[in-house]
Amino acid sequence: MSKVIKLKKGLDIKLVGEADKSVVELPIGERYAVSPLAFEGVVPKLLVAEGDKVMAGDALFYDKAHPEVMFTSPVSGTISAVRRGEKRKLLAIEVAADVEQTYKPFNTNLATASREEVVAALLESGLWAMIIQRPYGIIADSNDTPKAIFVSGFDSAPLAADMNIALEGDMKAVQAGFDALRKLCGKVHLGLRAGQKSLLEGVEGVEKHYFAGAHPAGNVGVQIHHIDPVNKGEKVWTVAIQNVAIIGRLFTENRVNMTKTWAVVGSQVAHPMYVRGLVGSSVADVIMPARIKPQSGGATFRIIEGNVLSGVKVSANDYVGCYSSQVSVIPEGGELELIGWLAPRLNKFSVSRTYFSWLMPKKKYDLRTGLNGGVRPFVVTGLYEKYLPMDIYPMYLFKAIMAGDIEKMENLGIYEIIEEDVALCEFVDPSKQELQALVRDGINLMIKEM
Amino acid sequence: MKQKNTTPLPKRLLDKFAPTFSEGGKLSWLHSFYEAMETFFYVPTDVTKKGSHVRDCNDMKRTMFMVIIALIPTILFGMWNIGFQRIDGADFTIWQNFWYGFWQMLPSILVTYVVGLSIECAFAQIRKEEVNEGFFVSGILIPLIIPIGTPLWMTGLATAFAVVVGKEIFGGTGMNIFNPALLARLFIFFSYTSSISGEAVWFSDARTGATPLGELANTGTTNVSMLDAFIGTIPGSIGETSTLCILLGAIVLLATGTASWRTMISVFVGGLVMGGVLNLLAPADLTGATEVQKYMALPAWQHLLLGGFAFGAVFMATDPVTSAQTNCGKLIVGFMIGALAILVRVFNTGYPEGMMLAIIFMNALAPVVDHYVVQANVSRRNRRAKKTINA
Repeated sequence: MSKVIKLKKGLDIKLVGEADKSVVELPIGERYAVSPLAFEGVVPKLLVAEGDKVMAGDALFYDKAHPEVMFTSPVSGTISAVRRGEKRKLLAIEVAADVEQTYKPFNTNLATASREEVVAALLESGLWAMIIQRPYGIIADSNDTPKAIFVSGFDSAPLAADMNIALEGDMKAVQAGFDALRKLCGKVHLGLRAGQKSLLEGVEGVEKHYFAGAHPAGNVGVQIHHIDPVNKGEKVWTVAIQNVAIIGRLFTENRVNMTKTWAVVGSQVAHPMYVRGLVGSSVADVIMPARIKPQSGGATFRIIEGNVLSGVKVSANDYVGCYSSQVSVIPEGGELELIGWLAPRLNKFSVSRTYFSWLMPKKKYDLRTGLNGGVRPFVVTGLYEKYLPMDIYPMYLFKAIMAGDIEKMENLGIYEIIEEDVALCEFVDPSKQELQALVRDGINLMIKEM
Repeated sequence: MKQKNTTPLPKRLLDKFAPTFSEGGKLSWLHSFYEAMETFFYVPTDVTKKGSHVRDCNDMKRTMFMVIIALIPTILFGMWNIGFQRIDGADFTIWQNFWYGFWQMLPSILVTYVVGLSIECAFAQIRKEEVNEGFFVSGILIPLIIPIGTPLWMTGLATAFAVVVGKEIFGGTGMNIFNPALLARLFIFFSYTSSISGEAVWFSDARTGATPLGELANTGTTNVSMLDAFIGTIPGSIGETSTLCILLGAIVLLATGTASWRTMISVFVGGLVMGGVLNLLAPADLTGATEVQKYMALPAWQHLLLGGFAFGAVFMATDPVTSAQTNCGKLIVGFMIGALAILVRVFNTGYPEGMMLAIIFMNALAPVVDHYVVQANVSRRNRRAKKTINA
């Protein structure tokens, strides 16, 4: 076993509603959808119309700026609706699924294929969108050759899916996926959790790195920083581990099979468990087997695609995308709290020792969505850096972004982070600022100006 | 049967007056004040919209309130000591001395809060922001560090200066360069030197005598026992005399993580080192030595017990906004504050209290120190980039 990279900074927030090990396979549902909004920076150009028949793997739309990047249907069926919002903004393309699924055939022999053939297969199949470029956290440019490709083999976020369960029985596809990635770039890094048995130990042809420490140790950005950081002018690619399997299936099954596993978790889930289904399933379908607890007395809940730190708020009518591997359901906040800032708040969590969470390290919390205070300018110092295990001064970076100072942002590390990396900074911030949105603003400014 | 109203009283009152203070209401110009009251009683019911859906339950109110809690021993002791330092103070009971001091101090606390919070509310109203909690701390620090007998109008003026010039013109809490409470003292110190100068200003009543620092500045020695200086039964401004009570506050601040141990400890280290260096430089034989030479020979540890050193180290230097913001910067700035304070004390006898000047000076330099610390990070990043290009 190679050297363990120990991360001292970070935080594991223990929440109630952890998934038990059971996995439920979803049958083919009624309706699936792909939303262009799930893809950062993509301006969609529609390729289908309502009533069209599609096979699984047929393109639905492409990116105007990169016409070669297709976005494809996860199922075969009929386009039942093209949902649009204000100014005709494309929100989602819905497909009513056939009972008997048909798949668009792909025939690329991975063993003999050239890099170009692999790229072409990924672009056509819509799986290219699963390859994310760092800096910026946007879909990779197929004309680039990255310095390396990074895959995190574990998720350290609150209530995250255990990849050993998510990937069980799928290791052939995972290996094929890594083989495909190696065609794209010779150097593929795989981050694993030190001291934990992982199915991914068996993966061949990749450089394995072991990480010890609290969240965000599982964030690929943090792993990149400690393995081979992104410098100005450099690009690396990242792929979520479950998407490596989906890419692998393109070559082992010769079709687009976007099956993945979500951990359905959180205090408001009756039976937190794993659910296996297709990307594009409705949130309601994914939650169905686990069920949401009955709410009493006007209480409401929030469904989050992803984890509670950096996921996206969704409704039951929305559809799960290809980047998430969990769905969290937690109670909404907003309750009246008399002089709460003075109260002991034993059921709330804080990293501050002005509360008592530090005396109860084992306690699992049922956190609500309340902001727990008013928005203020930066006052407290030295706090944010404790939760970002990188050699970066987060507050200086945040201030550079606020000032729109490109050069400073560049110098202070904007190329190395995306939203999820500062999620803990945002969580602990006593000034209650939206730091993840701020980082995205900064990144968008960089994309515009560079 | 009459249905019982389950809404708690403060909420009912707030709801009742909400229209009066809202836009279009009679008192809409006091909206920021209403909002401050509202958030004082009830945590804002806002929920997260995006990003981190759950949040830590710590907020600025809690953070600032911890500083007030840490100040309580110092405040209570200071009030008692006002009474005790009267010329016949020793003849009274603890309670009598305390009440005497309480009534002496209360007006200046009220004046600082009324003046300071009014200005804060006005600026919050103009900027359409919420009132920041920062002044809750500044407002109690000011009466603790200005001379006891300061006329109330002077206290009010100094507070207004500190809030407007020290804070609001820079953009409010979080943006200021200088510690607002210290600016208030600085304002009095430099603007009304003649009316409050001399060592007698630290006394409330007829008692004359010198503060230990005043004595040291004039004669190079003091008769105050170090035990008295530690416990605090010596003349001085209200907050600064009792090193013991300040240490109790320091424990609260450090245990709760509210103040930076890096800053606090390094101020003390800086003071000890500079005191020690001066000890080494002082002539061995003090007969016929000048005042300054005698002052140089004062054992380094005694410096930490005298004057505003401990109070400044624990409550002033650690202000997160005006101190250094990087961990490394905190060590440097803290050390410099401690060292400079002793240097000013010993060599510039015109300013017996070096702590105030040292902190204000290092407030101004802290961004420079931080700049170089951050620049080192930038250089590391650039070197790393070069290395990969060359590789």
